Amino acid sequence: MSLERTDVEKIAHLARVEIGGEELDAIASDLSNILDLVEQLSAADTEGVVPMAHPLHMAQRLRPDEVSEENQRELFQSIAPQTEAGLYLVPKVIDQV
Amino acid sequence: MSMHEKNLTELAAGLRAGDYSSVELTQHFLDRIKQRDGELNSFISLSEASALEQAKAADARLKSGEAGPLIGIPIAHKDIFCTQGIKTTCGSRMLDSFISPYDATVVAKLKAEGIVTLGKTNMDEFAMGSSNETSFYGPVKNPWDTTAVPGGSSGGSAAAVAARLAPAATGTDTGGSIRQPAALCGLTGLKPTYGRVSRYGMIAFASSLDQAGPMTTSAADAALLLQGMAGFDRRDSTSADEPVPDYSAGLDGDLTGLKIGLPKEYFDDGLDSAVAKSVEEAIAEYRKMGAEVKEISLPNTHLAVPTYYVVAPAECSSNLARFDGVRYGHRCEDPKDLEDLYKRSRGEGFGAEVKRRIMIGTYALSSGYYDAYYLKAQQVRHLISDDFKHAFEQVDVIMGPTTASTAFGLGEKSDDPVSMYLSDIYTIATNLAGLPGISIPVAPVNGKPVGLQIIGDYFAEARLLNVAHRYQQVSDWHKAVPASFE
Repeated sequence: MSLERTDVEKIAHLARVEIGGEELDAIASDLSNILDLVEQLSAADTEGVVPMAHPLHMAQRLRPDEVSEENQRELFQSIAPQTEAGLYLVPKVIDQV
Repeated sequence: MSMHEKNLTELAAGLRAGDYSSVELTQHFLDRIKQRDGELNSFISLSEASALEQAKAADARLKSGEAGPLIGIPIAHKDIFCTQGIKTTCGSRMLDSFISPYDATVVAKLKAEGIVTLGKTNMDEFAMGSSNETSFYGPVKNPWDTTAVPGGSSGGSAAAVAARLAPAATGTDTGGSIRQPAALCGLTGLKPTYGRVSRYGMIAFASSLDQAGPMTTSAADAALLLQGMAGFDRRDSTSADEPVPDYSAGLDGDLTGLKIGLPKEYFDDGLDSAVAKSVEEAIAEYRKMGAEVKEISLPNTHLAVPTYYVVAPAECSSNLARFDGVRYGHRCEDPKDLEDLYKRSRGEGFGAEVKRRIMIGTYALSSGYYDAYYLKAQQVRHLISDDFKHAFEQVDVIMGPTTASTAFGLGEKSDDPVSMYLSDIYTIATNLAGLPGISIPVAPVNGKPVGLQIIGDYFAEARLLNVAHRYQQVSDWHKAVPASFE
């Protein structure tokens, strides 16, 4: 499996990670090598094998839908990069009409 | 005997006898870290003020006659565990200034037992690495040979305990990150059964594989520390609701008739012959103790690393999506729009290995590739798990090397991700299956530690500790300290 620069750009966009243009070739080569390693899986006979999602085949635990935690907004927002009036601030996402 | 030469049982006895207070003990280790850690870089943060306060409170508890083997004992936590009031970085620039608003369950439970937190240990960034070279805070050096790696990702915890800068430490293991550094640094390191120790407040890497455990200088110490860490936690949705046995009670149990399986795939051409000899010598000791040894097969062993490098990156790409520069963690300067905020905050905050794994995971989960990669890997994971199931129908424990060689040199594999990944070849399969495993030191090779790995069936931690402890009754390798750190 060999990835091109454009593949890396696409994956980086999907993952929302900025990659410098000068790093693209090195990353394409590293990721291709890792995919070559992973390629060994295709030789395994998995006909009829159930995918294993959990090591202990456990069922998801449920609990009553009740409030169990107290509100700690101020505490949690004290470590945020930018907040105002109890809200997290991000750049404008909706343009004015 | 100086305080840093004692194990946890001896330290607890000294505290009770009044030979020293917890404040004196804590100060001794803090001073040792300040004097010696410049050579190793095993700590990211030192929590001197809060450690001394905790020690003072522990002294009051001891004075009131309170029982509890961990009261007043200072340890170090891997910097992956959230600690209220102490910086938690996970070895990443992303969390360089992150102070958690709460304690991880492991931290809270040990605090309640009277444990003192000395500081937070260095680690591969987000626990992604096998050499501790991916840390934003620089590599850690192996105290047995400072030109070699300590292993990873819990490399700081391993180096700190090996150099006796802390009597014990916590670690986490997603593909070998407790056992491999324990092996390379000459320690006892236990990865419990998946779900045995709570993952709450332990920064997530691959949620179906991550598990916390103790890193100590003996199996008896590991039993004491695991006792304080293990147990059901309603805050972890995959926590095991299983009773916690008394891990110290069965340490001396007789091993006559114990059935030991040696997987032939763990003794193949990839194994260094001197390491193989050390491991075989240790297994011969078990024969002398009355154990029966037989060859077994784990036929899908060669698929463990490829499976892991689909499953772990897939889960990591999802888990690390939370680092978006909005609620906590690194945010880039002057983002021009929301997408720019995400991309640059993550591009600047994550190091090269973390980006590689996020991208592999994103690719494996992307439209059109899911069946070929993720689904296939989860199927092979089932085959790997079944290999162990069949093995445990024939034997009580599985033994083999923890690693294929002794500690490799700093920089030796850091430019070649695939060669680094293959260094976890013997440890990864147990995470995929969710089984417990322990590494204990056996005869070193050219002055460098070698680990014997013992793998058990689900929730067989007490049995593993018993098997490990009995070897430590007839050997002294676990007591060895690097000459320059005596």
